[in-house]
Amino acid sequence: MKNYGFSIVVLVVVAMIGCQSGDSSVEGGLSGTINIDGSSTVFPVTEAVAEEFRSEAPDVRVTIGISGTGGGFKKFSRGETVISDASRPIKESEAKACREKNISYVELTVAYDGLAVVVNPQNDWALSLTTEELKKIWEPEAQGTIVKWNQVRETFPDEKLTLLGPGTASGTFDYFTKAIVGKSGSSRGDYMPSEDDHVLVQGVAGDKYALGFFGLAYFQENADKLKLVGVDAGSGPVKPSMETVKSGSYAPLSRPIFIYVNSDAATRPEVIEFVEFYLTHAASLVPDVGYIPLPDSEYTEQLTKFRNFVKSVNTTSESE
Amino acid sequence: MMKTKERIIEAGLKFSSLITVLTTLGILWVLLSQSLVFFGEVSIIEFLTSREWTPLFENKHYGILPLLAGTALTTFVAIAVALPLGITIAIYLSEYASAPIRNTFKPLLEILAAVPTVVYGFFALTVVTPFLKGILPELATFNALSAGLVMGVMIIPMVSSLSEDALRAVPNSLREAAYGMGSTRLQTAFRVLVPAASSGIVVSVLLAISRAIGETMIVTIAAGQQPNLTFNPMETVETITAYIVQVSLGDVPHGSIEYRTIFAAGLMLFVLTFILNNISYFVKKRYQQQYE
Amino acid sequence: MNSRQKNRIKDRAFKYLGIFSTSIGLILLTVFIGSIIKDGIGRIDWDFLTNLPSRKAEKAGILTALAGSVWLLVMTAIVSIPLGVAAAIHLEEYSRKTRWSSFLEINITNLAGVPSVIYGILGLQIFVRTMRFGGSLLAGAFTLALLILPIIIVTTREAIKAVPSSIKEASYGLGATKWQTIRHQVLPAAGGSIATGIILALSRAIGETAPVIIIGALAYVAFVPQSPTDEFTVLPIQIFNWVSRPDHAFVVNAAAGIIVLLAVTFMMNGIAVYLRHRWQNKVNW
Repeated sequence: MKNYGFSIVVLVVVAMIGCQSGDSSVEGGLSGTINIDGSSTVFPVTEAVAEEFRSEAPDVRVTIGISGTGGGFKKFSRGETVISDASRPIKESEAKACREKNISYVELTVAYDGLAVVVNPQNDWALSLTTEELKKIWEPEAQGTIVKWNQVRETFPDEKLTLLGPGTASGTFDYFTKAIVGKSGSSRGDYMPSEDDHVLVQGVAGDKYALGFFGLAYFQENADKLKLVGVDAGSGPVKPSMETVKSGSYAPLSRPIFIYVNSDAATRPEVIEFVEFYLTHAASLVPDVGYIPLPDSEYTEQLTKFRNFVKSVNTTSESE
Repeated sequence: MMKTKERIIEAGLKFSSLITVLTTLGILWVLLSQSLVFFGEVSIIEFLTSREWTPLFENKHYGILPLLAGTALTTFVAIAVALPLGITIAIYLSEYASAPIRNTFKPLLEILAAVPTVVYGFFALTVVTPFLKGILPELATFNALSAGLVMGVMIIPMVSSLSEDALRAVPNSLREAAYGMGSTRLQTAFRVLVPAASSGIVVSVLLAISRAIGETMIVTIAAGQQPNLTFNPMETVETITAYIVQVSLGDVPHGSIEYRTIFAAGLMLFVLTFILNNISYFVKKRYQQQYE
Repeated sequence: MNSRQKNRIKDRAFKYLGIFSTSIGLILLTVFIGSIIKDGIGRIDWDFLTNLPSRKAEKAGILTALAGSVWLLVMTAIVSIPLGVAAAIHLEEYSRKTRWSSFLEINITNLAGVPSVIYGILGLQIFVRTMRFGGSLLAGAFTLALLILPIIIVTTREAIKAVPSSIKEASYGLGATKWQTIRHQVLPAAGGSIATGIILALSRAIGETAPVIIIGALAYVAFVPQSPTDEFTVLPIQIFNWVSRPDHAFVVNAAAGIIVLLAVTFMMNGIAVYLRHRWQNKVNW
């Protein structure tokens, strides 16, 4: 019995020693805790902002979870978080849940995620695909029927088409199907899904006849193993890059990612400061984590949108 | 005075065991409350008999059989690995190995249980699958075989360590009696000790099976996310647990019918393991022996 | 060759089979860990251990995750060990063998098979929301304790069962009460096997990812926990997070994180194994 007690003490002491990184308190300045949760796609951006914000306001504790866009909204609607990271817009059922708890919010776009369509480097025929061809490949009716390259375009080889893509519970899947097939979730079922984009990269890099789609950042990190396909939405093939996504010419596969901020923010100076910091610094931080920043004018627009939201919340509460 | 103290202690112990009942009630409440809403919208018949599981697609089917097949397949492979190896190791360490060997290898094997499942999952995907593809070119990138094999390795210590403890606890008098009659270690082990330790060994196997059925990360990472009604371990499958993780951590709105599918799937798993455990319990009771 | 010689050969053959089986597990283990060590060991330095999370792979460190994991592990142990052992003692020694006790037994084995995600959802409802612990270490510890409780109970029961009744009878014969017998005879005799179960259970807890994310463990937190009500992150989450980033340098970080996690687990295992060793050497009949 004595021995157990001792080992527990040892473990606790080790844990305590780990707590030696003291918080250096700055005289004056902002303080408080900002709870954020939601999409793991948006997470890297919010993390980058929180990291830089630490030097601005060291006494403000920012915490970020990755429960998923759905889980994030659930917490958001219960007032458990102040900001929700979202890789898709809020759905009606989630908005309703917020209304029921008297939580009003503002939706802010913080970056673009370019969805790259990629093929194997040895693929010398599919240099570009039209959106109609993509639809032909991915729509539900393609299941079991469109199984060879030459069924997509006659000049393509008579070889088996191997398809890879993100998992069905992800915002990427939602967005791609909506943009290409026309309805969210409308897709063939016989492709190889994976939540892990590294696996998709490996899958395409290892198969000459493979085709896949995932975030641009994963292509950029593996550009030597993959080949980008130009997407033609009617005005010629466009390949995704920082410029084409930012300018909007890479369409329709540039998806916006969001943060939602609730009305609680309007009463807390540290949250207002954080969100403003977010929008003013996003342009420089977003590329660091593989996403594409909005044009500067749009960030200014979002900032104004936020400030108006804060004003409106404060005036409503004053008039109560 | 002594009596009161005894009574208090007994009450305290009783309370502790009731916690397990409370846990089950809690789990059932969570699963049932959402499942009932789900079954208000989807028929149980479809749930139990349809051969497709596509709640996240536009064309929705709600048949649980593909997910069940995935769970069953991976568990079966895992047990096929862990059971023979685990028991062989247990007998070897308990009856053949010298104390220094036993004292080194037993903790080393327990380390297998300590490796985080995330690590095992990636190991299955990035090392085991490519290796197996060399032997079996038909193997899919995500498959039940790699995931099952790695899961099996992970639960070997559950079978081996607990069985070994059970074997060592058998009184030496039995061993000595058997040797005295001229048995080899092998004969003693299989004819005398294993039956005597059967309670402990069966428990370790049941625990291992439960662990395999409930395992989440290894199958999520390596077995795949394509629900597939098959008995071929070389194909891509999705287990019930992988599906639950995929949806609960994904972008699906909570409170939607798609989200509620995870509770229906979880309930199915719970009911099945309950039936399985009931059967095993009665089988075990019939074959238990007691020695002194 | 007579049957005695055949038996000897079978005996020998089994011995080699045993050695082979034991080694296979360990060889695979070495391969697993070897490749990870190769990838990650270069990244481990004092900075890595004391830095906070960052978007830049070179600056990112695991201080908060490491502290969180140790805190969570200790707290989970404190909750689950007394509860689990007490429940097992009650079931094995005190309760009469009725239909109710059979039901309890089946129930517990069943709980061992419930996916960890479901425990996460349960913990979210009960500990985080209803009991208002929030996404804190308390909620995490209680949730994980529930998760591993069945393992501890089942293995402790078997350990107690294996103690010969002659020992118990001798103790009663000398006038000891039930609890005294348990405390001074049964538990010490079963101690080694109980320790095995606890080791297996805690090893499971420290590697869990999904349930901890669901109850609210964070992926980014820039402070080390100071009390059980603080929010936290743990090593598996950090590893999981890093492994999914496109930047290859983060994958190296993940490998380094895995090495740290394994080191903590092995240390814990080592302490427990040492204790078990000392325990078991005292008991021999």
